[in-house]
Amino acid sequence: MAVLEVLQYPDPRLKQVSAPVTVFDAALHAILVDLEETMRAGPGSVGIAAPQVNHFVRIAIVDVSSKPGILQHGCLRLINPEIVQRAGEVKGREGCMSVPDYTGSVLRAQSVRVRAQDSGGQWREFDFEGYEARAVQHEIDHLDGLLFLDRVVSPRHDLFRRKLYR
Amino acid sequence: MKTGKHWHMLTVVGADRPGIVAKLTEALFRGGCNLGEASMARLGGNFSIMLMVEGGDAAALERLVRPVTDALGLRLHLDPIHGELHRHVEPNVQVTVYGADRPGIVAQATAALANAGFNILDLNTDVGGTPEQPIYIMLIEGYVAEGVAAVERAIVSLRASGIEVRVTALDTMIG
Repeated sequence: MAVLEVLQYPDPRLKQVSAPVTVFDAALHAILVDLEETMRAGPGSVGIAAPQVNHFVRIAIVDVSSKPGILQHGCLRLINPEIVQRAGEVKGREGCMSVPDYTGSVLRAQSVRVRAQDSGGQWREFDFEGYEARAVQHEIDHLDGLLFLDRVVSPRHDLFRRKLYR
Repeated sequence: MKTGKHWHMLTVVGADRPGIVAKLTEALFRGGCNLGEASMARLGGNFSIMLMVEGGDAAALERLVRPVTDALGLRLHLDPIHGELHRHVEPNVQVTVYGADRPGIVAQATAALANAGFNILDLNTDVGGTPEQPIYIMLIEGYVAEGVAAVERAIVSLRASGIEVRVTALDTMIG
């Protein structure tokens, strides 16, 4: 168990696309444990993605259970996650352990359906909403080399950008 | 971005036209200056910018910028400041205020917020509607230790005076 070093932008490694997980073994389990510990060590952090700690594999952890009164699934270990459906669009403020001392407004889908494998390789499907959906989308972006800086919108005006998602 | 010794707040105001920011910042860049945080807004058709500039004393900065502002007919103002970067305060409450335009909305609304211990971090206002029936819209973000409930208590009398006020908790998602 270890708290890993979190890469910080402008480190170019944060912009690379991570590879799918193919082997579900003890090494994967070890990464999951370290990732979760690193996330919990980050003040206020409700999610983390493996590329943030220099592991370029498609793993994200999200746990918004510290936030009172919202829909949530507890601590999620999402392996090879894919968004299969999105609905609605909402603006919210985001920050990132990899982008210190800056937060910005980001448009995200209000709800997403996500398909992901669990730590045993079993495929599962989840429906996320609101704050938890935002966290999941933020972490999945990391797997594709995207930071919230790629999606930040003007705080002064609610400008809906064209071609927001790619 | 360094946090150096010689920071100034450069304020430039005047009639808006395309290219002002480009010409100002080109002159500063050529003069060896470094820029910090900046905010430009078009207010009632007027160009306005406040720009943190590092490098040189006020006289040296004025020599760099004056030819540009004179050529564009802009007013220039420089103040020495303490350049404090990398110390952002996260807002936790957003307040939206609007109503039929009349004198006093900003003073009354911000007085109520100040009484609640609200520190304004960002404020923008617009006059919309028609010339015959203008409406005033104000968007505020800030930090208040006691949160939304304290703000709600503080604005009861504002609402009674016919101003619409909406208070929303801001929860930054850190991922």
